[in-house]
Amino acid sequence: MTILALEHCDLLIVGAGPAGMAAAVAAAPSGASIVVIDDNPAPGGQIWRDGPGAALPPAARKWREALERHANIRVCSGTRVIAAPAHGELLLEDAVRGWRMQWKKLILCTGARELLLPFPGWTLPGVTGAGGLQALIKAGLPVEGERIVVAGSGPLLLAAAATARAAGAKVVRIAEQASLAAAAGFAVKLLRWPGKAVQALTLGDTRYRTSSRIVAVQGRGQVESVLLRQGGREVQIDCDRVACGFGLTPNTQLGQMLGCALAPADTGAPPLAVDALQRTSLPGVYAAGECTGFGGSERALAQGTIAGYAAVGNERAARQHEHERARWNAFAAQLHRSFALAPDIRQMPQPDTLVCRCEDVPFSALAGCSGWTDAKLHRRCGMGACQGRVCGDAAQFLFGWTPPSPRPPLSPARIATLAGLAVHGNDVDRQ
Amino acid sequence: MSGQTSLHIDGRLVRVKAGTSVAAALRVADSMGVARTSISGQPRAPFCGMGVCQECRVRVDGRRMLACQTVCAEGMQVETTA
Ligand SMILES: Cc1cc2nc3c(=O)[nH]c(=O)nc-3n(C[C@H](O)[C@H](O)[C@H](O)COP(=O)(O)OP(=O)(O)OC[C@H]3O[C@@H](n4cnc5c(N)ncnc54)[C@H](O)[C@@H]3O)c2cc1C
Ligand code: FES
Repeated sequence: MTILALEHCDLLIVGAGPAGMAAAVAAAPSGASIVVIDDNPAPGGQIWRDGPGAALPPAARKWREALERHANIRVCSGTRVIAAPAHGELLLEDAVRGWRMQWKKLILCTGARELLLPFPGWTLPGVTGAGGLQALIKAGLPVEGERIVVAGSGPLLLAAAATARAAGAKVVRIAEQASLAAAAGFAVKLLRWPGKAVQALTLGDTRYRTSSRIVAVQGRGQVESVLLRQGGREVQIDCDRVACGFGLTPNTQLGQMLGCALAPADTGAPPLAVDALQRTSLPGVYAAGECTGFGGSERALAQGTIAGYAAVGNERAARQHEHERARWNAFAAQLHRSFALAPDIRQMPQPDTLVCRCEDVPFSALAGCSGWTDAKLHRRCGMGACQGRVCGDAAQFLFGWTPPSPRPPLSPARIATLAGLAVHGNDVDRQ
Repeated sequence: MSGQTSLHIDGRLVRVKAGTSVAAALRVADSMGVARTSISGQPRAPFCGMGVCQECRVRVDGRRMLACQTVCAEGMQVETTA
């Protein structure tokens, strides 16, 4: 029978993006034993990915070096959370083994994922998320000479286009659904956050079009062209790749599985609820970064710092970063207002457009369902490998359905890891 | 990062820059980097690039892995349509 190792730490941080890195570094001087786990091959999160196609900015290096400098921080990359087998304990798995980790304090820094919405042709090879394309390029995806259309909403489209261009791709169009007034208004407001304004200027692009929507991606076996609606007219653009993203959705699954309360959301999926010290509704559990709502790396760093200090009892130091957090919260609010999705984005899918990509469930099969449970039980929507992370977000946006509540295993796991759960108890301690 | 890594994808030798993800290597091996076929038989390639969609799952040395979160290692055997 499999017996899983049991390890202990004072502070466990899930996610090694800006929030998780800042939390670990803030907590380290306390001398607590800190473990940071992340499912990616290297720390950095979504924004600071390393790889043969990435140029890691100085800020990212600085945070990485800070993690390495502290002997009491252990970073476990390529490690994911599978379940919460007992109070104060998580079941973890990497490429080699599964093990149990007991913690005294926990900080959730699980970040956000892209909101990916269905349109005709979105399952064709060559269609990726916008941030997804950026991530793939940083990880070495060759795109030199490819014609790429970036479509959807928000500043991430510009960031993805800049990464693609730097890798030698021809970005032939950036189609933003928001109006010119909204996008321009956002650019003007950026003057309040000078660092961001400079970023926006360097991202500015002559191929940028506002009030522009995807109608369909076409191709036999792979992307060949995209049909866009720009204002009142339709244009077809030949391309090799389409990168789409409609904003970000907070990764709250782990928090929800543990029982952390969600905050009310004006639009989109609700984030984890936190108080001024980044505490969730669960004692000893904190949350920081984009799982508490999306708003950029600076906000994630400020929140992570506060959470790190608070988790080791240094509330005074935590409170010194409240001003910084407020400043970036205001930036986040501006971002949300400017790039709110237009209601007609809901009309993108056609009856035969697959909404659930894992179980191949078309829009027409869902339109008559009364809600998630109905869609799941009768149409198998959300029953596949992604566990509703893609189609659940889409269905929430399209139909207003609350996505399925997360259940263990949080991500597909090896049988050996799960079998280890069966032999539960303190006797495993000695192994 | 410098240097190259050689691996096999469906038996075919592929050389990539060291540190490349298996998802990126799929594209080097095949025109659109198809990882698997959907339950109704459609080709699917890495989509989210960040471990969420599970469209990139492949077999790496016999183990089911997410291609977008796995770095290529020398001599790796990758099988698609896992
Ligand atoms: C695809 C994508 C690309 C982006 N690119 C940019 C950009 O170029 N510029 C920019 O300003 N902003 C970008 N953003 C926004 C960016 O997310 C934030 O600015 C910043 O990275 C947020 O930091 P964070 O620490 O909150 O979360 P993240 O950086 O998202 O870090 C969270 C980490 O936790 C890991 N994780 C989550 N759940 C688990 C689990 N259960 N087990 C183990 N690990 C887990 C994730 O894989 C990730 O590595 C991007 C966002 C996305 C989704
Ligand atoms: S591309 Fe989505 S999980 Fe790998």
